[in-house]
Amino acid sequence: FLAGFGSLMQDVLWCFSQVKGTIDAGVTESDIISTVEFNHTGELLATGDKGGRVVIFQREQESKNQPHRRGEYNVYSTFQSHEPEFDYLKSLEIEEKINKIRWLPQQNAAYFLLSTNDKTVKLWKVSERDKRPEGYNLKDEDGRLRDPSMITVLRVPVLRPMDLMVEATPRRVFANAHTYHINSISVNSDYETYMSADDLRINLWNFEITNQSFNIVDIKPANMEELTEVITAAEFHPHHCNTFVYSSSKGTIRLCDMRTAALCDRHAKFFEEPEDPSNRSFFSEIISSISDVKFSHSGRYIMTRDYLTVKVWDLNMENRPIETYQVHDYLRSKLCSLYENDCIFDKFECVWNGSDSVIMTGSYNNFFRMFDRNTKRDVTLEAARENSKPRAILKPRKVCVGGKRRKDEISVDSLDFSKKILHTAWHPSENIIAVAATNNLYIFQDKVN
Amino acid sequence: MFVRGLKRKCFDGEEDIEGTLAGIKAIPSYNLQRQSLLDMSLVKLQLCHMLVEPNLCRSVLIANTVRQIQEEMTQDGTWQMINTQSTGQASLDRLVSTDILCRSARDQAEGKHAPAYGTFNKEFESDQAQDSSETMSTASSVQAPRNLQSNAWEMENPQENKGNFQKSLDQIFETLENKSPNTVEDLFSEVDNSYYDLDTMLTGMMSNTKMGHCDSLETFSSSTNTASNSNCKSDLNDLDHIVEILVES
Repeated sequence: FLAGFGSLMQDVLWCFSQVKGTIDAGVTESDIISTVEFNHTGELLATGDKGGRVVIFQREQESKNQPHRRGEYNVYSTFQSHEPEFDYLKSLEIEEKINKIRWLPQQNAAYFLLSTNDKTVKLWKVSERDKRPEGYNLKDEDGRLRDPSMITVLRVPVLRPMDLMVEATPRRVFANAHTYHINSISVNSDYETYMSADDLRINLWNFEITNQSFNIVDIKPANMEELTEVITAAEFHPHHCNTFVYSSSKGTIRLCDMRTAALCDRHAKFFEEPEDPSNRSFFSEIISSISDVKFSHSGRYIMTRDYLTVKVWDLNMENRPIETYQVHDYLRSKLCSLYENDCIFDKFECVWNGSDSVIMTGSYNNFFRMFDRNTKRDVTLEAARENSKPRAILKPRKVCVGGKRRKDEISVDSLDFSKKILHTAWHPSENIIAVAATNNLYIFQDKVN
Repeated sequence: MFVRGLKRKCFDGEEDIEGTLAGIKAIPSYNLQRQSLLDMSLVKLQLCHMLVEPNLCRSVLIANTVRQIQEEMTQDGTWQMINTQSTGQASLDRLVSTDILCRSARDQAEGKHAPAYGTFNKEFESDQAQDSSETMSTASSVQAPRNLQSNAWEMENPQENKGNFQKSLDQIFETLENKSPNTVEDLFSEVDNSYYDLDTMLTGMMSNTKMGHCDSLETFSSSTNTASNSNCKSDLNDLDHIVEILVES
């Protein structure tokens, strides 16, 4: 059962469910959330932060006693994934910030995820331990070694229940394969390989092999002086293990087929929308730079996010997107200021809902936007502590562009550009969303009828 | 907040002279806006040397913007004009490359090409020596990109450029050495001054909004490729005058 947005001619009402993180006014830089991702069942929700930590939340079983508490997410495991490093050759620090987390599909009792910083990808195993062996012969209950000469009886240790312990262990470290900063990782549908993409190159890895990777895309020019375009995001097709896409800073998307050549420098498809000459300015290229690319669950469409819009492309049509949604067009007249304060370089992500009928992306002032592809309706919501009463329905927000401002509208000049929603995630099958607002993680659910 | 329509009127030139003049007083000319965007971009590229490791995507986008501005300035003759005044500088064909603009501080330590640092320093000196008038700033900052590309490709820098860039390099390394939290602020305190000077020149009436200095430049975002040469004429006459002064000093 998929509760689509706008299904049955009724709007979905989004309610506050939970918020994680401190309420303190001062935000510690290392607590800033840098990535959010549900696993394939939606049972687990992982976040990565600037301090290199990963926090995994698990949805509690729904209880008959409290039907209104539709499975809250509680902390399941916390671990330090990456540490700050120093590159001695370049005399530069390597940040421990987690750029992306991607889950592997579950194949046994343990959970596996990939987490990456700028340079190194790690495969983590998260497993539960709820039994421990007791009754050793050579050591007593405290772990102290017993004197072998004092042992008169032999016994078989037995497994006894213990308090649940969740352990995270690094199973693989994929290092030293990227000269530039990793911006994307994507698990292949064969579940045996994955790719990691940096500004200029994309590498293909086998999960079992850490000392080798295949370079499948390389756009580094022979002469770096000629560099004018970088890779901004990459993703594997959800079903076809030979197909992937990558986006660029010039607003183009290339689809590549790994069967054609070992080095996929020649694309199979090239997606680019012709520029609108009436909107041309010195900022045109910057705002066309794609910050995120995502395949739909069906594999038929790709969605791209650039500074002002979200676009949906049909894989069969390369010359223009089939849908374009304005995220915050009122910023178009503010581009120079946003260039000055660097906000124009903010990289917003975008996500599909489980049925590919609704898309979501973030904006400023802790606003995030949803677009229903079928009804063409859209809504702006806010992740704020003020709206954080349990099951409080979120009120749609509106930005006033000019002229008279209504009472509950906010004017463009009052927007807080330090409060940006860059990372969001949508549960794979239900209307549950996770929204990262700086150091806080908000979880919203649709209203249970 | 300036209305787009007004800017376009100003841009079209001959149609409404009075309106144009009024427009110029209310809104900085297109050339000035473009110049200020160029300056801002060069500052940003300098800043990228200071950070842990520059964000390559951001650097490439800024460098592309700088290139676009330079190309346009070349096309409408602004660039050409300044170049003919100078003595044996780099050819116009060579525009700024990403690599040069974003070279790390470490490369500079090895004495490789010096990008914006040297030229920026020269700009400060020129600014400080003269009245900070609108046209003065235009002239000296237009020189900055010229020096930028000359520094990039010609090892035989004119003596004055060498002295300047050496001095600014020393400044940079001194502050890098210290690596204190205030380092970047100290380093760019001069930069900031100059930038604010430009800003106050551009928009005497500007109030401090939340968005910063850029309100007058907002209309700028609707620039077109076909810059009218008639706009340049008054600027060019002033530039002539200024360049004469510079060359003599």
